[in-house]
Amino acid sequence: MTATESELQGGFDQTLAHNDRIEPRDWMPEGYRKTLVRQIAQHAHSEIIGMQPEGGWITRAPSLRRKAILLAKVQDEAGHGLYLYSACETLGVSRAELTEMLLSGRQKYSSIFNYPTLSYADVGTIGWLVDGAAICNQVPLCRTSFGPYGRAMIRICKEESFHQRQGFELLMTMMRGTDAQRAMVQESVDRFWWPALMMFGPPDDESPNTAQSMAWGIKRNTNDELRQRFVDMSVPQAEALGVTFPDPELRWNDERGAHDFGTPDWDEFMQVVKGDGPCNRQRIAHRRRAHEDGAWVREAATAFAARSTTEVGA
Amino acid sequence: MTDHDSVYDGLLGSDTSHWAFGQGRETSPSEDPLAGVDSTLPEGVDGAELAAYCLMLGDDALVLSHRISEWCSRAPDLEDDIALANIALDLLGQARLLLARAAAADPGIAPSLPAGSPVPPEDALAFFREAGEFRNARIMELPNGDFAHVVVRVLLASSARLAIMERLAASRDHVLAAVAAKGVKELTYHRDYAGRWFLTLAQGTDESRRRLLAALDLVWPLYAEMFAAHPVEVSLGEAGVGVDPTTVADEVDVVLEQVFAMSGVERPERQPLAGVRGRLGRHGLHTEAMSLLLAQMQVVARAHPEGRW
Repeated sequence: MTATESELQGGFDQTLAHNDRIEPRDWMPEGYRKTLVRQIAQHAHSEIIGMQPEGGWITRAPSLRRKAILLAKVQDEAGHGLYLYSACETLGVSRAELTEMLLSGRQKYSSIFNYPTLSYADVGTIGWLVDGAAICNQVPLCRTSFGPYGRAMIRICKEESFHQRQGFELLMTMMRGTDAQRAMVQESVDRFWWPALMMFGPPDDESPNTAQSMAWGIKRNTNDELRQRFVDMSVPQAEALGVTFPDPELRWNDERGAHDFGTPDWDEFMQVVKGDGPCNRQRIAHRRRAHEDGAWVREAATAFAARSTTEVGA
Repeated sequence: MTDHDSVYDGLLGSDTSHWAFGQGRETSPSEDPLAGVDSTLPEGVDGAELAAYCLMLGDDALVLSHRISEWCSRAPDLEDDIALANIALDLLGQARLLLARAAAADPGIAPSLPAGSPVPPEDALAFFREAGEFRNARIMELPNGDFAHVVVRVLLASSARLAIMERLAASRDHVLAAVAAKGVKELTYHRDYAGRWFLTLAQGTDESRRRLLAALDLVWPLYAEMFAAHPVEVSLGEAGVGVDPTTVADEVDVVLEQVFAMSGVERPERQPLAGVRGRLGRHGLHTEAMSLLLAQMQVVARAHPEGRW
């Protein structure tokens, strides 16, 4: 390492030590940049793929008010994708390149979106549990070391919190409805509980990237810490709602001051991560079709803009 | 009564700042879309006639909103996904107010549901009517095609609706006047969005021009129907409550001529699509696509006629 480089590294380490933000023009180690691109892109892709499971219910929403709420929510997800791609672009990768990496499978998105949405209650459950788990993951990221990411996360967390509350409110309203609606809510919670727990990633002793990401201040808590926090937060919410979680081992542990709970099916998790989840192929095929169907439009916009510039210049 | 805010307040302890609960837009399950607007009937106006008129404008917005919302997660770029969702949301908002106004002006217009059903009137009208009871012009229900198709449809539909709403803002009915005043701002944006894309596609590449012209050829035959006045529109137009669409046709033509001229596109020669013995969308005569659209839109609501959402 040259003297200059070690000085740069020293400055970088000092910024992290003071919990200050790294900004796009600051020097950063290549590994830090790559890890951030991977994480922010994965997050952006999750927002975009995440439009599908709920977006599929917009045309079937059972009241006009719920239709408006859902349409606005899915639109917010597109907006989150947009700012996260922009944050990623500050690290020198274009949105087109990132889209290509999503479509070719070189970059991932959250596995939760490879589960199907099978009833309108799923719209509420996704808001409550999936957005709830996302919030547990994301709130600490508001303090992440990379400035543009942290600032994007502050805005995203506010909107996610709002979505979570809307989801909870939908379920609460359905629980005050008919027996069929209550059964629909419970069935949906039964299906989404374990996948929601898997959203925090593999157990800490099997999570290879956690230690480095924590040292760089990109990640602030371990997977298991966040999972525990989510369980502890969700249990009283389920009681308020009048639903149960499908886990016979779930109970309060006085000694630990936390809930004990069962183990997610990590074989299923790996199956979904590797591309064999219920909807992996469908989600990517949908995204690819939209991208390919829009190619002629993007080309037209580029050609039109180039022509306008030439005419202005002439 | 459940106070949803307090459910979370109790869970999070005293410091809720990092969760952002309670910030931004509020949710309220029992919001009345017409709250705070004077909804008495204007003098000399028949409630049933006003309700029929509100359904026409409301159904136009509801059905077009449905078609545009089908674009969600399918647009050529994220910016357009967001823009199309905005247009669909604006139209949905207009539809809700107009359907609620229809039911308030003539409670008999909403389909009857089991006694004690909590379904509000706007939803009874949206989800429990048959295709033949919908009063939208057929251009709104046409199945989607490519991006050029949605651009052409939004250009034609928003140009016509904007001209109507500009006049309707002076309606003697306070609700219609308020809906129109808000709608004018929204529709101006919709027309602008579609107009800019119309020009871009017309002058972009050979392919985009070919697709734009094909879409125009497909949608244009349904343009004239938006100006074919139904007797209710004529009568309420004379009463200063509604707008007779024949009176705005020339003005809308001028707007479109300008877009066509800038884009280097000829006004299509295509003849209007026939009705059946003079019956068009406003009379409840629709295309084959309409009942399929409704089958999807209404499936969950109809399975739970006593459901709460």
